[in-house]
Amino acid sequence: MNSGETVIKTANLTKQFGDFVAVNQISFEVYKGEIFGFLGANGAGKTTAMRMLCGLSIPSSGNATVAGFDIYRQPEQIKRQIGYMSQKFSLYEDLTVKENIHFFGGIYGLDNQELKTKSDALIAQLGLQSEAKTLVRELPLGWKQKLAFSVSVLHKPKIVFLDEPTGGVDPVTRRQFWTLIYEAASNGITVFVTTHYMDEAEYCNRVSIMVDGSIEALGTPQELKTQLNETTMDGVFYQLARGAKREA
Amino acid sequence: MKTIKFLLQKEFKQIFRNKAILVLIMVMPIVQLIILPLAADYEVKNINLSVVDQDHSPYSRQLISTITASGYFRLQGYHPSIQEAYPLIEQDKSDLILEIPQGFERNLIREGKQQLYIAVNAINGTKAGLGGAYLTRIIRDYNQDVRMEWIPPTRFQASPAIEIVSSNRFNPLLNYQFFMVPGILAILLTMVGGFLSALNIVKEKEIGTIEQINVTPIKKHHFILGKLIPFWVLGNVVFTLGLLVSWLVYGIFLQGNLLAMYCFIWVFLFAILGFGLLISTYTDTQQQAMFIMFFFMMVFILMGGLFTTIESMPGWAKMISRLNPVSYLITVMRMIILKGSGWIDILPHMGIMLLFSGILNGWAIWNYRKTS
Repeated sequence: MNSGETVIKTANLTKQFGDFVAVNQISFEVYKGEIFGFLGANGAGKTTAMRMLCGLSIPSSGNATVAGFDIYRQPEQIKRQIGYMSQKFSLYEDLTVKENIHFFGGIYGLDNQELKTKSDALIAQLGLQSEAKTLVRELPLGWKQKLAFSVSVLHKPKIVFLDEPTGGVDPVTRRQFWTLIYEAASNGITVFVTTHYMDEAEYCNRVSIMVDGSIEALGTPQELKTQLNETTMDGVFYQLARGAKREA
Repeated sequence: MKTIKFLLQKEFKQIFRNKAILVLIMVMPIVQLIILPLAADYEVKNINLSVVDQDHSPYSRQLISTITASGYFRLQGYHPSIQEAYPLIEQDKSDLILEIPQGFERNLIREGKQQLYIAVNAINGTKAGLGGAYLTRIIRDYNQDVRMEWIPPTRFQASPAIEIVSSNRFNPLLNYQFFMVPGILAILLTMVGGFLSALNIVKEKEIGTIEQINVTPIKKHHFILGKLIPFWVLGNVVFTLGLLVSWLVYGIFLQGNLLAMYCFIWVFLFAILGFGLLISTYTDTQQQAMFIMFFFMMVFILMGGLFTTIESMPGWAKMISRLNPVSYLITVMRMIILKGSGWIDILPHMGIMLLFSGILNGWAIWNYRKTS
């Protein structure tokens, strides 16, 4: 799965809001095709870091390249190469499932033929055939999240950023969701995902753990467990995040 | 170009799905155009008049009946003295007190002159001013009649007098509706366009969907155009409905060039929609956008020359109204609808409006940030 090609590289990436250092000099690399878990307590700076990598937020200092493009000079080129699913559900609730797929596909430049085949395939994959013409507002949360994920990878991005994609979702749907993630990864899409569920952390190829804006640990789940002498990822997370000064 | 197609499809679907707003956009202008011009005119009627007649002579009675017959005044009652009438003004039951002193008839005939006393309740400035003026004119006319009775007209008038005969161009009967209807239509267009566009992008900010847009490689001007065009189309629908109502209900139809009118409206709509979008790029919530837009709407409307003429404003206010796109719209609408102006006459206004729409939209695109 890991071809060794670097798709995200950050060096001392920092974001400051006034006196508050939300992200403090983080440096890491993500390789093509891997599932990279970006863990951390609430308020540790995960979302801020992710927004910088997506070109939604300008860093205060430090450098980063995403898909080979510089985040300062080429944010629009980056946007062509990535998919993003924000923590807050942000598809259009007053459009139907199909209309959302069409709209976002169209914005990414898919032509009508592609849109038709892709949206049919996607709706079938999600088992939403009977709901294709339902307003998204009326779908249960789990389906919304699966739809949002599918829309974010519709244009075959090189990297997809998922910000707590399974927050508030039941265990069965979470399992289905991770099946979708694995499918995307097997198609060569690099997955950059944040989560609070430690069982999900075990599904990742590598994880990093952020505490108070800095990355405290980075490695495969097995490496981290050995390093910190813990048997579970839960233990690893607890040992690191316990020292956090920030109030969540 | 294809991106804009997808944006337009999405916006129109959302507009047509929001039935409450759609009905409001269509019905509000019609209802307001039917109700407001009938209620809001400058003519003052039903002025409450209290009379203190201490003369009780045929002349004083004749004067009073002349006044009440004018149709502007409603006789509130007779009072023996001015002291008893004053409290009525304090209680707002009376707008004017006319005091006819004792010996009115005698003095008028014998001495050839007599003074009357009018007390005006100036709480409502317009009503007081106009009421006082009406009353003065009626008394003067009455005076003329009395004079005619006592001084037989001679071939050579003893006192030279200037008599003014005026004719009102473009609106011969000084019909207030001809004046108000185009103005109210202009305001409606401004409100619909300004508020809809101001609230739209902010709404996407509030519910978070703008994030999903900002993370796509969409071009800023495509996004803004995708927002402008649907409301521009709606604005045209509102204007056309308004013209139809003016024609069917008030019998007002364009004296001037219809195409020139529409062309000006097209440019104006781009300007006011651009202004709304500009506000939405500076605000984060619909509440903020609403209040800021409301502030500007008040200025635009009250300084637009609909209720008060711009020419009589102080110098600094005139400067401000030059920066007010609505004042140009009201002027041009009156020019074309009432005066029958054509292309050449509105050209300078058109130029200014093009400038407005260019600057406002350019500013909105410049200030719309995909990255924060």
